[in-house]
Amino acid sequence: MPPALQATGITKRFPGVLANDHVDFDLQSGEIHGLLGENGAGKSTLMNILYGLYQPDEGTISIVGTPTRFSSPHDAIAQGIGMVHQHFMLVPPLTVTENIILGQESLQPATQFLGQLSALDRRSAAQRIRELSHQYRLDVDPDAHVKDLPVGAQQRVEIVKALYRRAEILILDEPTAVLTPQEADELFVIMRELVKQGKSIVFITHKLREMFAVTDRISVMRGGKMVGTTTPKQATSEMLAEMMVGRQVILQIDKQAAQPGDVILRVGNLQVQDDRHATTVHDVSFEVRAGEILGIAGVQGNGQRELVEALTGLRPVSGGHVALLDHDTTHATPRQITEFGTGHVPEDRHKHGLVLTFPVRDNLVLCTYYESPFARGVEIDEAHIENEAQKLVKEFDIRTPSTGTLVGSLSGGNQQKVIVARELDRPVKLLIVNQPTRGLDVGSIEFIHRRIVEARDRHTAVLLVSAELDEIMSLSDRIAVMYKGRILDTLNAPDATREQLGLLMAGVKGGAHV
Amino acid sequence: MAVLANKQRAIKISSRQILNAVFIGIGAVAVFLVFDAIIGGKCDSKCVIGTLNQAIRYAAPVALAAYCGLMCERAAVINIGIEGMMLTAAMVGYGVNVYAFTWLKAGGMDPALAGDASRWLSLLLAIAASGLMALLHGVVSIRFKADQIISGTVINILALGITGYFYRQYLAQDIPPGPGTFAPFDIPLLAQIPILGPIVFQGQKPIVYFMMIVTLLIHYVLFFTPWGLRTRAVGENPRAADTLGINVFRVRYINVLLGGALAGFAGAWFTLEAVDVFNPQMTNGLGFIGLAAMIFGNWSPFGALAGALIFGLGNTITTTISIFRPDIPSQIPQMLPYVLTILVLTGFVGRAIPPAADGQPYEKQ
Ligand SMILES: Nc1ncnc2c1ncn2[C@@H]1O[C@H](COP(=O)(O)OP(=O)(O)O)[C@@H](O)[C@H]1O
Ligand SMILES: [Mg+2]
Repeated sequence: MPPALQATGITKRFPGVLANDHVDFDLQSGEIHGLLGENGAGKSTLMNILYGLYQPDEGTISIVGTPTRFSSPHDAIAQGIGMVHQHFMLVPPLTVTENIILGQESLQPATQFLGQLSALDRRSAAQRIRELSHQYRLDVDPDAHVKDLPVGAQQRVEIVKALYRRAEILILDEPTAVLTPQEADELFVIMRELVKQGKSIVFITHKLREMFAVTDRISVMRGGKMVGTTTPKQATSEMLAEMMVGRQVILQIDKQAAQPGDVILRVGNLQVQDDRHATTVHDVSFEVRAGEILGIAGVQGNGQRELVEALTGLRPVSGGHVALLDHDTTHATPRQITEFGTGHVPEDRHKHGLVLTFPVRDNLVLCTYYESPFARGVEIDEAHIENEAQKLVKEFDIRTPSTGTLVGSLSGGNQQKVIVARELDRPVKLLIVNQPTRGLDVGSIEFIHRRIVEARDRHTAVLLVSAELDEIMSLSDRIAVMYKGRILDTLNAPDATREQLGLLMAGVKGGAHV
Repeated sequence: MAVLANKQRAIKISSRQILNAVFIGIGAVAVFLVFDAIIGGKCDSKCVIGTLNQAIRYAAPVALAAYCGLMCERAAVINIGIEGMMLTAAMVGYGVNVYAFTWLKAGGMDPALAGDASRWLSLLLAIAASGLMALLHGVVSIRFKADQIISGTVINILALGITGYFYRQYLAQDIPPGPGTFAPFDIPLLAQIPILGPIVFQGQKPIVYFMMIVTLLIHYVLFFTPWGLRTRAVGENPRAADTLGINVFRVRYINVLLGGALAGFAGAWFTLEAVDVFNPQMTNGLGFIGLAAMIFGNWSPFGALAGALIFGLGNTITTTISIFRPDIPSQIPQMLPYVLTILVLTGFVGRAIPPAADGQPYEKQ
């Protein structure tokens, strides 16, 4: 029997990028086919082509052996293809029913002659959604407004949306990126149920562990090319990582046990508000000692951003106190905090970490340009800055044509290295890193992780905030879990299990939901 | 659980709406009492009914302008060129009315018939002229993805130029006698309803009645039909609509064109219903007041109508005061509708939320 879906020789160019380079891909009926690859490998592009959202420059697509062309998602939907996009394609103010029927509305029979101006039949649509929800065990409430739903539920809405259109093939683009480990496991149960009922699934991720958990076959993409296809039985993590990156990678960071020293950062009963004046950090207290890494785990949006901004002086504190060594820095300015010896790798490197339209060299001295030796009085000493930049570019392996290149034109990994170089080159006592490797390639991740551990070994206190549980678990010495603005619990990293942390991230402590 | 949450949400929304309605009511009574005192207690029940009837008349162009803005912005195209579209429609309406009448009469048509024919023809061409400007706005902002504020401004300036030119060339002096504006009429049956009938369904002209019908129509289309659902989706998250095979550009073009037609009605109101002359300042900012009414009404037709009615009431009261109290400088009461608009906008709007993609051109890839 021919494959449910087959793509041959797909090529897609974007201005300056070859996103897909003669890619072959096939999906057998009734299988879960995992697609693995780093950010920018071209996975989403390939799937958007299979869904008719982009048109390929070259290549052909066949459905069950019949060649087809998709000039819009409409055609792909008609051929039974459904896609859950990496960024959800939902309309938040509309209800679940409205979101699901959009573009394929059911009409009141009496008014059908009015075409698109006939009356919607929301009731029968909601009924069908309930049936689908029951059949595939996807819990959705047709009358809820999407904006009120948690991400897990929004994802189920997306899946029901595809099923409502009678999709036989489901493409799930990085569906686990926004989920807690438990939610991801629930999704895997749903995926198996769907396959059992005859659907075929393409499952995209960049997390190796998930490939082994749920797929029948695994394909790996790198730099726009298809590297190869294997099965979870034949593959090992090391092998997949090597296929992804193109060279051997060390997945597990080597690190000695921590040698904690004096308390460097002390946070007591901290309260912080977000931009809309809602309190998003409640009564948070912790300490970070010299020579240890305290990891703050948690699903994004549980107050981590506000916490870090408050600690670095970017956001006012509305209650509690923060002390750096013997200084009270509760209401200190960012520059004072920097000068007390704090390095900060911010979450959003474009907005807060770099001046994208400045050259690499200027970005490397953003914290110190006004001090000797980079400044004499009011005058900047370009020669000293250039020397420093040359040194850091070499030391931190920043791949840039020159120190005069605009930082905005570097790849994400190299941009992040510029920030890390700048923040670690100073004699910092405290390093605050927020999402240090989001969206980076495995090579850069490995490099940055190594630098963070080295800083710890030089007796720097490190506060690591990350939504990637793997990152938290491999780097931290102690792990605090944040949920709805509170620290639910702090565990010793060597004793913490993924399940334990996952439950805490979902707000479950000691068997009870908080 | 979910049902409960839904109920709570419904209650929250309606309690806010009730509060707003109560404020509007109190405000209206207060304004009326002050008004009555100023004209010396001469307003009896007939005068109240007359005032409200007139308020609806004055509200019509503002409401129609608001609906134009609403249709465009629900599909995420900001239109600040409504004023210009209205002015053009007013000019075309007047010009066509006068000259078509002259030609038809010269061709030997019965004057009464010629009057009717030229009035309806000029309404049609006024709508077409405004629609043409909307098409221009659509092409510039949807196809060429230019800044929509700039495009709207250009439309306003363009309208000033065009109408100014035709006014000086053909409409300022030596104008042949025209057929005049539409005649008022009552709606059968509905006009007999006590109180409501005389206020709403008596003595209005066609565009005002059209405004009432179109309010219901837009509400129905926007919230109860596939087209409305798609329009709202395109205004909130065009990419989501695109992934479901909805043609974002098509939805936007059609809505902008429909909006243009509505602005055409609004403009035609000035020269085919209000007065039988054209002058280049006659729209007097009502297109922008329409946008204010749209925001006041949170991008919904009934809300926008409420905003327009407040303005219409202010305008009516102004007129009455200047008739009863010639000793008060007319500029002072004339400020009233605009002051009311500012007060209402700052006092009530607060949480008005525009469509999320409002003003953003759509990039396919
Ligand atoms: N719409 C687009 N315009 C220009 N470049 C794009 C576009 N979409 C993706 N790219 C580029 O194509 C490459 C592959 O991207 P993508 O398919 O999103 O990768 P993945 O999903 O594997 O992370 C990247 O270099 C990305 O920057
Ligand atoms: Mg992707």
